[in-house]
Formats: sequence, C-alpha cells, structure tokens
Amino acid sequence: MTSRTPSDAAARPGRGGPRRPDARRLRRGVPPALLLPALLGLAFLVLPLVGLLVRAPWSDLPRQLADPQVWQALRLSLTTATAATAVVLVLGVPLAWLLARTEFPGRRLLRALVTLPLVLPPVVGGVALLLALGRNGIAGRWLDSAFGITLPFTTAGVVVAEAFVAMPFLVISVEGTLRAADPRFEEAAATLGASRLTAFRRVTLPLIAPGVAAGAVLAWARALGEFGATITFAGNFPGRTQTMPLAVYLALQDDPEAAVTLSLVLLAVSVTVLAALRDRWTAAA
Amino acid sequence: MTIRSVRRRTVRLAGGGAAALLALTACGSSGPSASSAASAGKPSGTVTVFAAASLKEGFTALGRTFEAAHPGTRVVFDFGGSDTLAASITSGAPADVFAAASPRTMQTVTDAKDAAGTPVTFVRNRLEIATPPGNPRGIRGLADLAAPGLKVALCAAEVPCGAAARKALDAAGVRLTPVSYEQDVRSALTKVELKEVDASVVYRTDVRAASGRVDGVEFPESSRAVNDYPVVLLKNAPNAGAAREFVALVTSPEGAKVLTGAGFLAP
Repeated sequence: MTSRTPSDAAARPGRGGPRRPDARRLRRGVPPALLLPALLGLAFLVLPLVGLLVRAPWSDLPRQLADPQVWQALRLSLTTATAATAVVLVLGVPLAWLLARTEFPGRRLLRALVTLPLVLPPVVGGVALLLALGRNGIAGRWLDSAFGITLPFTTAGVVVAEAFVAMPFLVISVEGTLRAADPRFEEAAATLGASRLTAFRRVTLPLIAPGVAAGAVLAWARALGEFGATITFAGNFPGRTQTMPLAVYLALQDDPEAAVTLSLVLLAVSVTVLAALRDRWTAAA
Repeated sequence: MTIRSVRRRTVRLAGGGAAALLALTACGSSGPSASSAASAGKPSGTVTVFAAASLKEGFTALGRTFEAAHPGTRVVFDFGGSDTLAASITSGAPADVFAAASPRTMQTVTDAKDAAGTPVTFVRNRLEIATPPGNPRGIRGLADLAAPGLKVALCAAEVPCGAAARKALDAAGVRLTPVSYEQDVRSALTKVELKEVDASVVYRTDVRAASGRVDGVEFPESSRAVNDYPVVLLKNAPNAGAAREFVALVTSPEGAKVLTGAGFLAP
C-alpha cells in the first residue's frame, strides 16, 4: 500500500536486491482486473474474522480466559496437531515420492485414493476410522488382542484422526514439488554412484524442502482445526481428547460468547505460529 | 449491550436474505399464493418444520399423514439439534413450525419474539440405557455403569440429553467417568451401535429407532429427568395457515398416538 506508485518504487530500487526482480515488477502497478478480485477475495476471507472480533465479549474476556479448561484444550490442540504433522511427514513424504517418481499399474487410482480424506465428510472419516481401528474394527480388533492397544477415546486417537484428514495436504503439495523438480539432479547423483535412497536423502529432499515445509504447514493448520473426525473417532473428554475445535463446538450449544472467545484464542495462536514460520521460509527461500 | 445490537443487525441482514429466499420460493410455487389459500380455510403449499432430531421417525410419519389428509400440501422437515435450529430461526430462517427437545431451546425463540402464540408441550421423552444387542455386560441400572473397565458414553452437559443424564445420575447418587462426552444423542447412540462403548445414556425414542442394533435398559431415576417437547407456530411463517393445521395434528390425539408409537410419552 505504502509503495504502490512507480516513482516510489523507483526511489527504492535497492529494496529486495537484484535477487528479487519480480518484487520490483509488482510495484510498477497492479492491473485493476487483478486488484479488484484480489481485494474482494481478501475481504471475503477476512470479513468472518471481523465478525468474530466485533462480537467478542471483550469485557468478559479475562474471566473466560482464566478458565483452565481453555488452556488445557489449547495445549492438547497444539501437541496433537504437531504430533499429527510429524506422522504425516514420516509417512507422507515417501508416499509422495512413490507417486511422483515411480511407474506402476494403478498409480492414478492410488493418487485418487490419497485425496479421499479431502472428499469424505470428516464425520464419515471418523466413522470409517472406527470401523478400521476401533475396538471392533477390522485392524483395531487385532491391535487390541495382540498389543492391548485401543485407539478410540485416547489422545493417540486424536492424532490418528488429525493425521488422516491432514495427510492429503502434505502429499499433494510434496508430489507437486517433486514433479516440478528436475529429475536430472537425481540422475546425476546416480551416475556418481549414489544409491536411490542416498540420492533421495542428499539431493531430492533438500531440493523439495520448500514444498515439504509448505505441505507441513497446511497439514498442521488442517490438523489444528480438525473437528468431525476427531469427535467421532476419539470422542470428547476434557484434557484427553477435547481439542479447541471440540470445546468451541460444545460451547456454541449453550454459551455462544464463550465459543467466540475460544475461537479467537485458537485463531490468535495459529496466526502467530503461521506468520512466524512463513517469515522464516521466505527468508530462506 | 454490544452483543445485543450486533445480534439485531445480524437478524436484519439475515432477514433480508430470508426475504429474498421467500421471493424465490414464491416464484417457484405454482397456483394460488399460500396466504390467500389459508384465509380461504384450505391448507395448501409447503409447510417447513424445524424439529429436534429425536422427532425424526414420528414427525416423518405425521408429515405423510398430513399430506394425505390435505392434497396439494407438502411438509418439509429440517431435523437437527434444537439449539442449532433455534439459532437458525432467530437469524431469520424461513420456517413455519418449530418443535424443540427442551423448553430452554424453545425459550431462545420466544425470547427473540419469533414465536406466534405460546408453545405447547406435546410429548415428553425419558432416558434409557442403550447397550449392544443382548446386553453382554449385564447392565441393569445406572449404578452398574460405574463398574470398573466399563466404557460409557454420555452426552455433553451442554446439550439437552447430557443435562438430563446428569440429573438422573445425581438422583441415583452414581458418580462415573465416561470415556467421552458426545456432542449429541445420536452420536452417543452410534458409539454403542459400533460397540465402541459398552453403554450410553440416550432417549427412549433413540433406543426404539435403533431397535435390533441396540438394547434398552430402563431405570427408575429416568422419571427425575423427563424432557418436555414444546411446539409452536413461528411469527414469520411463510405458510401460516397450513402450518397451524400441522401443529393441530401434532397436538391432536391422532398425533399423540403416532408419537407414543415411536417411544414418546404423552404430556
């Protein structure tokens, strides 16, 4: 906003340096055909937030924030979302590599299956998880009898539900980056004697790091906001499975003002974390 | 103060949307307009009923009865949590009739002056324990739910079935820690149907609706936590004439017969 005029841009050519010529080009003027829908889009995204802010019971805020249940739910949300992101990274990056770098029959079907949690209503996803990993689920029955592990109604169950819905965001993002990355670097590594695994670790992974990071952030944000699959698969118990979105939903039933407060806390924390992360990568990229 | 003024603004906005919707539906419906037909005394057109989720089976049957008795009418239902429905109505949703699962949720609507007339209690519901078929853990009453190792799901205290369950448990002097406080009665029931929990406390009508997939266990303390179901005609009803007839059917002996068949108690 402050430096939109061409003269201003010309007066500060050094900003961004020669490494970022695109930044200077943008300042030369934005065509209205792009600016107008962009601003409309921004307003569309920000307006609901303004609604929350306007409706927030500011005078009552200290009393509501003093409730230890709020912090308990927030702590649980942050730890489970982070754990789910870790799970998604460990399983999702290799899966994305498999989809982008190998040829096998049924690969297109597999790619479609990976996006399944995006299409499935989360509550249905939760029921599906119960049918698979529940006490009487096809795999859960075996988990229970062989290891005595039951996932529903546990914090681990929350992580499972969040990882399930967040996984596609990482896989799609990493796969896209892999396809855009030049495979000749890996081939060069191979000609120099690196095994495929070494090439993946030493060449591919550093190459696609920005895509992995972007996917991880998307997955983390999705896990943090997860509601349907979590409440269906892991239930709702304060301190164990009640994450912030669950607390918000239940507060909405009898105390909408508390729900607004809780939403704002969740939003403030996630925006802070995301903004901090974003700055770090754009500096690195 | 600020909250109230904001809410008023929201209502006005939503009202505008509702008016637009109404205009659209008016264009869509053929034949004479609903209001003129109503003043002529013959119900016609579409009646939109917002009803608590537990009324699904009973009201669906009553809707069919109504349509058969008044050719040219159609009854459309929105079944959901009473709180959610009440919030939609106070935000200007174009509904004719509201049937709630608790007087408290009905009060949200009457307080907002969105009701035409006084709500009438037409049925009552009481709690039952739902267990997997055959009651494998041999549960006979609320006290058995506190047994160690038993997994129980209760409704959250914020929703009507949870408040009622808490009242009944207090009356029985039973203290128990469930594995989950479910967000509504149907999800508490689902957990039993999937055998993920050994028991949950739900409405009698829910046990009836899921008969074959769950067994019901009655307990005496349920009489201490009986839920009243009020019904009312809404002030901004798009089809008030036909809607009034539907409310009359719900509160009639014939309506009571259908609803008690679904497991409700007469008021």
